[in-house]
Amino acid sequence: MSTKRIEKIVGKAIPMPRDDIDTDRITPARFLKSITFEGIEKALFCDERENTPDHPVDNPAHKGANMMFVGKNFGSGSSREHAPQALKRFGVDVLVGISFAEIFAGNCFAIGVPLGVASAEDVNELIRQAQEEPETRFTVDIGNSTVSYGDRVVPIDIQETRKAAFLAGTWDMLANLRGNLPQVEEVAASLPYVTNFESEAQ
Amino acid sequence: MSKNTLYDKVWDSHTVARLDSGQDQIFIGLHLIHEVTTPQAFGMLKEIGSGVAFPGRTMGTVDHIIPTLSQIRPYEDELAEKMMAALEQNVNEFGVRFLHLDSGKQGIVHVIGPELGLSQPGMTIACGDSHTSTHGAMGSLGFGIGTTEVGHVLATQTLALNRLKVKRIEVTGSLGPGVTPKDVTLRVIHDLGIKGGLGFAYEYGGEVFDAMSMEGRMTVCNMSIEGGARIGYVNPDQTTFDYLEGREFSPEGEAWERGVAYWNEIASGDDAEYDDVYEIAGESIEPMVTWGINPGHSIGISQPLPEIGSFAGEDRKTVEHGYDFMDLRPGESILGTKVDVAFLGSCTNSRISDLREGARLIKGNKVHPGVRMLVVPGSQQVKQQAEEEGLHEIFTEAGAEWREAGCSMCLGMNPDQLVGAERSISTSNRNFIGRQGSPRGRTHLGSPAVVVSSAIAGCIADPREMGEQA
Repeated sequence: MSTKRIEKIVGKAIPMPRDDIDTDRITPARFLKSITFEGIEKALFCDERENTPDHPVDNPAHKGANMMFVGKNFGSGSSREHAPQALKRFGVDVLVGISFAEIFAGNCFAIGVPLGVASAEDVNELIRQAQEEPETRFTVDIGNSTVSYGDRVVPIDIQETRKAAFLAGTWDMLANLRGNLPQVEEVAASLPYVTNFESEAQ
Repeated sequence: MSKNTLYDKVWDSHTVARLDSGQDQIFIGLHLIHEVTTPQAFGMLKEIGSGVAFPGRTMGTVDHIIPTLSQIRPYEDELAEKMMAALEQNVNEFGVRFLHLDSGKQGIVHVIGPELGLSQPGMTIACGDSHTSTHGAMGSLGFGIGTTEVGHVLATQTLALNRLKVKRIEVTGSLGPGVTPKDVTLRVIHDLGIKGGLGFAYEYGGEVFDAMSMEGRMTVCNMSIEGGARIGYVNPDQTTFDYLEGREFSPEGEAWERGVAYWNEIASGDDAEYDDVYEIAGESIEPMVTWGINPGHSIGISQPLPEIGSFAGEDRKTVEHGYDFMDLRPGESILGTKVDVAFLGSCTNSRISDLREGARLIKGNKVHPGVRMLVVPGSQQVKQQAEEEGLHEIFTEAGAEWREAGCSMCLGMNPDQLVGAERSISTSNRNFIGRQGSPRGRTHLGSPAVVVSSAIAGCIADPREMGEQA
């Protein structure tokens, strides 16, 4: 379980202008039938890609992009981690959007994908830039909380605690959680339902 | 910041540590696992050489992929068989309790947790499924989590979580005839929006909830996540205790008394403070139905479809997409919209009270010849109870299919799926594009009463008018 510091991501961006994109659309349920995440990137937006010939994910102009600009409430619905896994394995290392659903954001943090939140105006500008000049190289600077291209610097909001964890390379929480196992035992012993109320709790 | 609410009390008593990430490490009292979101998590344990920290606080079952018609092994669907086999192997290898198909207790995790008395007030409950909010009906905090987090709970029985704010949703007065808990939850999402709950836990209360059955409360808490709230709960009361008493994993005797004392203690105090309060008059709630592509796209069933201009500018793109995908137009009535499939089931509405309500309404009627209707009990125990009451015969005599327990047509992970551009009326929780298995399939959400009235009429129909048609 080695984790790495995530400080800066530089590259092209895939623009996904629609709002309320739920995880059923990111990875349709019938592609969850697997016991590994291997290959899950093939399911990324697969239904809408099939019905949308010029889908941003397939647009050759965005080939090799490593970030995605999205609308509001991205990742709503199902808790499936398959959605952020598919994005990450497709090559998306960071997302910038107007807002993100709660569980999706937690899953992204858990697997080391930073999320940046910006105003609708700024996000729409980034989306337009990526659409109109797809070769633009954007820089997402986690420490300074900015996305920049050319002379333009757009401020983004990254949850402070998560930002610190990305910068320090401590975003993989498992080691932290395991380190407190003795305290976990103590809390368990203090909860009366843990013995199904058979004995008085301490 | 909220104070002295159930959320605050349970959070504080379950806090193990404050993490460097600024999150709290929270002890999880019950971990429910199923076949879809666990194989990679068990893989993670093997990778780090860890066991399951509290196997006695973990319970497994199978629900998402299970066929509801023929359950003979191996399943026809090789991928489903592979997932089932992986779960069986993992629970064996890690010593986790498992409610298998032959246990008589298998079912949708969010149905069996309360049904067996596993989910109790004052607990923290986690499951790799967003509808874990359901268990909040018991007066617990239910966290829907991703697979990496499932691994965290398996290895440590804890999660790293951000504390939420608490919004009290107060539904006053009483509900009119034909109006059900499903309509209450759809109305809440309609009013507050699908992201209105981001960053919040919803505490449901008021006279309507005081009078609501436990199964009704489960329906409402179930869909909290559809409003963006990861958690929804109702404070435990006598209704909760009456429901819990005598269930398989409920405490007994003196332990029961100690349990009731604890459960009363953890309920929100009279002096509780909330970050926000939203009030709805119960009398103003109509039977609801969705018309669009997310659970916030809903209307009172007798209302005309909303004009695009009535939505905030930023929402209009999604609304237009919704109308286009659903092939509906603003200003029209949703009543009379032809349906191909009617689905009564899912973790939202597959409990015995849902099936009783459906059977009561369908009795003596026939499912419209143009409609395929599936009735899918949420658990083997629900199925058995329904069959003892003869409900299955009422459904099959009306022309509906009576199935084995599972998630079924709520999502496209098992053979029960929409085909092509079929349109369904469904008691499930999500009308997202592609959700019911067909990329072009169209879903309308409604209560069991709306599903049955529509199944009979062959089109979306108001359950309040059923009597008049006869």
